[in-house]
Amino acid sequence: MNNKKLNFKGTALRSSDIKEKKVLTTSWKPSLQYAWDDGVAIGRYLKELKNGKIIARKCKKCGRIMIPPRMFCELCFRPTDEWVYVKDTGIINTFSISYVHWDARRIKEGEKPFIPAVIEIDGASEGMGILHVLGEVDPEDVKSGMRVKAVWKSPEERIGAITDIKYFKPIIER
Amino acid sequence: MGKRRVAIVGAGMTKFVRRAQETGKELAYEAAKMALDSCELTLKDVDCVSLGTAPDAFDGVHMKGEYLSDGAGGWRKPIMRPYVGGGTGVFTAIHGWLQVTSGLFDICLVVAEEKMSSCYPHPAGAFLTIFDHTTEQPLKPNLIWIFALEMRRYMETYGISHRDIALVSVKNKKNAMDHPCAQIPQEITVDDVLNSEVLADPVHLLDISPTSDGAAALVLASEHIAKKITDKPVWLDGVGWNIDTAYWATRDLCYPRYVEKAARMAYEMAGIKEPHKEIQVAEPYDPFDYKELHHMEGLLLCGKGEAPRLTAEGVTARDGNLPICPSGGLLGVGNPIAASGVMKICEIFWQLREEAGKRQVPGKPKVGLAQAWGDLMQVGTVVVMRR
Amino acid sequence: MGITEKINRNIDITSWKGKIPVNYIYTAGIAGEKFFREIKDNAKIVGTKCEKCEVTYVPPKIYCERCFARLENYIDVGTKGTIHTFTILHENLDGTKKEEPTIIAVVKIDGTDGGLIHWLGEIDPKDVKIGMHIKAVFKSKEKREGSILDIKYFKPI
Repeated sequence: MNNKKLNFKGTALRSSDIKEKKVLTTSWKPSLQYAWDDGVAIGRYLKELKNGKIIARKCKKCGRIMIPPRMFCELCFRPTDEWVYVKDTGIINTFSISYVHWDARRIKEGEKPFIPAVIEIDGASEGMGILHVLGEVDPEDVKSGMRVKAVWKSPEERIGAITDIKYFKPIIER
Repeated sequence: MGKRRVAIVGAGMTKFVRRAQETGKELAYEAAKMALDSCELTLKDVDCVSLGTAPDAFDGVHMKGEYLSDGAGGWRKPIMRPYVGGGTGVFTAIHGWLQVTSGLFDICLVVAEEKMSSCYPHPAGAFLTIFDHTTEQPLKPNLIWIFALEMRRYMETYGISHRDIALVSVKNKKNAMDHPCAQIPQEITVDDVLNSEVLADPVHLLDISPTSDGAAALVLASEHIAKKITDKPVWLDGVGWNIDTAYWATRDLCYPRYVEKAARMAYEMAGIKEPHKEIQVAEPYDPFDYKELHHMEGLLLCGKGEAPRLTAEGVTARDGNLPICPSGGLLGVGNPIAASGVMKICEIFWQLREEAGKRQVPGKPKVGLAQAWGDLMQVGTVVVMRR
Repeated sequence: MGITEKINRNIDITSWKGKIPVNYIYTAGIAGEKFFREIKDNAKIVGTKCEKCEVTYVPPKIYCERCFARLENYIDVGTKGTIHTFTILHENLDGTKKEEPTIIAVVKIDGTDGGLIHWLGEIDPKDVKIGMHIKAVFKSKEKREGSILDIKYFKPI
C-alpha cells in the first residue's frame, strides 16, 4: 500500500460557499453566561486588588510565596499557611507585542498594539509570574528583565478585578 | 508489569481543510473507515473505541464524544473519550494502548476529530475559555499571546534568532507538498516568514499552523492478533504522558520539562537509552515553528538550545540524519487539534512500513516517535514506535 | 487557617461573571445536504438504507452505524409516520408559562428506522396518542430555506 493509492476523503469549502448559501447550514448564537465563584484564595486576591494591594499565599513547608494565591500548595500537596502582601512592582519575564484581539480580529490602523507580559512580582518567590499588559511604553523600548510597576485605577473605579491594575509601566531609574 | 505488546495495524485520515462540508461525524467515519479498510477489518472486529476530540467549544457541540460516537464506530461498543487539549491526539492512542495492553480488549479503534470551522467570529475565540476565567480572561488574551511569550523566552534564553526558527516553517510547509491531505503546502523562504504579518511579536502569520477541519484514525491490536492481521505491524513500544503546573506563568517557559518527563517514561518502557541516536524519524508537535525545536529538546533528541543548529544544518530535513516532521507537520498539513496528533502517528506508521510514498525518508527506519503537546502549555504526550 | 478557612456569611461569597462570546455555523454535511435540499426543493423526506443490516436511516447517514458500510442511495421515504412518543410542553425555555401548550413528538417515518423530533399541529393535546398516524405539513415552497423548520409540524391523518 502506498499513500498515492489511498483515497483520502474530505470536501473543502470556501467561506463564500457558506455566505452565498451554496451549501446548507444552520447557525447558533449561544447566550450562555457564567458566574464563576471566586473561591477563598482568589476571592481574597480580588478584594485586595480593590484595596490597591497584591496579596500572595505562603507554604511554610517549601517556603514558596505564591501568586496568584492558592489555598493548597500543589508541590507539597498540603494547605498553604499564611497571607503575605507582595509589592506592586516586578520584572518582565517575557512579553509580546500583539496586533490581534482575542478573536483574531486585527487591531485598527493607528491603534496601539497590546503588550502582554509575564511579570514576576517582587516579594513572591522567584519565577512567580502573572499575566498582565504593559502601558506607558513604546513597544520597541520593552525589554525582558525590565523593572515595572502597577498603574492602578482610582479607588472609586476599582471593582475587585485583575483589571483594577490598568497595566504595568516601566520604572524609570533615576 | 504484565503488559501485553500492542501494535498499530491500520491507519487512515481525511484531508485537512480550513472548512469541510462534512459534519464532524462524517469526518470521523471517513478516517475510521479508511483505517479499518487498510487492514481489512470490519466494525464487527472492533472490541472498543478510544475517541479523541478537543474542546466542545470548537465544533459547538456539547458532549462531542457522544455526538461523534456513531461516526467513530462506537455503536453499542465500549467507547471512551480521553482529553488533554492539544495533546489529545497522541493521548488518545495512548488510551487505546492502555485498553489493549491491559488485556481488556484485543482490537481498539482510535479516532480523533476536530471541526473548528463551525466557530465564529474565529476559532481562536474559543481559546479564550481556556484561560483562567477570573485572573486572565478579563485581560482579553488571544491564544497567540502565550506562544509569543514562550517563544521570546526560548529565543532570549538560548540566543536564538527568528531567522533560525523560521527555517522550521519553511521545511515543514515544503514537506507538506508531498502530502495528499495537506491544507497549506507551500514553497516559501525564511524572508517570507519574517516579512509575513506580525500577529503577536515575535510570532508572525507564517510561524503558525492554520485552523482546520479533519479526522484521523488508527487500529490497534494485541500481539497475537496483530500478527494474524498483518505481516507489517508497527509496535507501540513506549508511551508517556506528563503535566506541569497549571499556573503556566509561574514556571520557566524556555524548556518543556513535562515533555522530557513524558519522553523519559516512553523511552524507559521502549528500552531506548540514547534517544538522539536510536530515534530515526520523529514527528514532534509543531503548531508553531519554534515548538518543533522546543519539543526536540524536551524529547532529548538534542541538547537545550541546539535544535535550531540541527535544523540549519539540514539534519532534520527529510533526507537528513534525523528527519523531523517528514509529513509536513501541523504547519503544512494542518491542525485539526486532536486529529493532528493522530496524523503524526499515522505518518510514523507509514514511514516505518515504508509506505509514505514521496515523503518516505531514506534508510529504512526501524524506530520512530510522535509527540503532542497541549492543555494550557503544560502537557506532553509521547509514543515510541518500532517495526 | 488554610484550606479549612471558611466563608461564614453568604454575602462574602463573590464571583466573577463572564460569557463565552462565540457563535456557530454548522454545515449540513454530505447526507444533510441531500436531506435538507429535498425538503426545500421538493417537500420530500429522504433516507439511506443499509441493505445488509436492513436499517433505513432518517435523517440519512453516509454510513451504516452498525456495519460501517458506505450508504450512497437516497430513497424517498414519504412524509407519513407514527407517533413513537410525545410530550406536551407548558413552559418556555426561560420557565415562563406558554399561552398555548405545544406538543413535541418523536416521529417514526413509515418504513424506516429513523425518528424525527418535531412538533405536532392541528390536534388537541388531549387527543394525542402513541401510535397515531401523522403526516408532515410543509411551509410553502417560497418560504422553505433548507431547514428542519421547513416542516411546520406533523398533523394527524
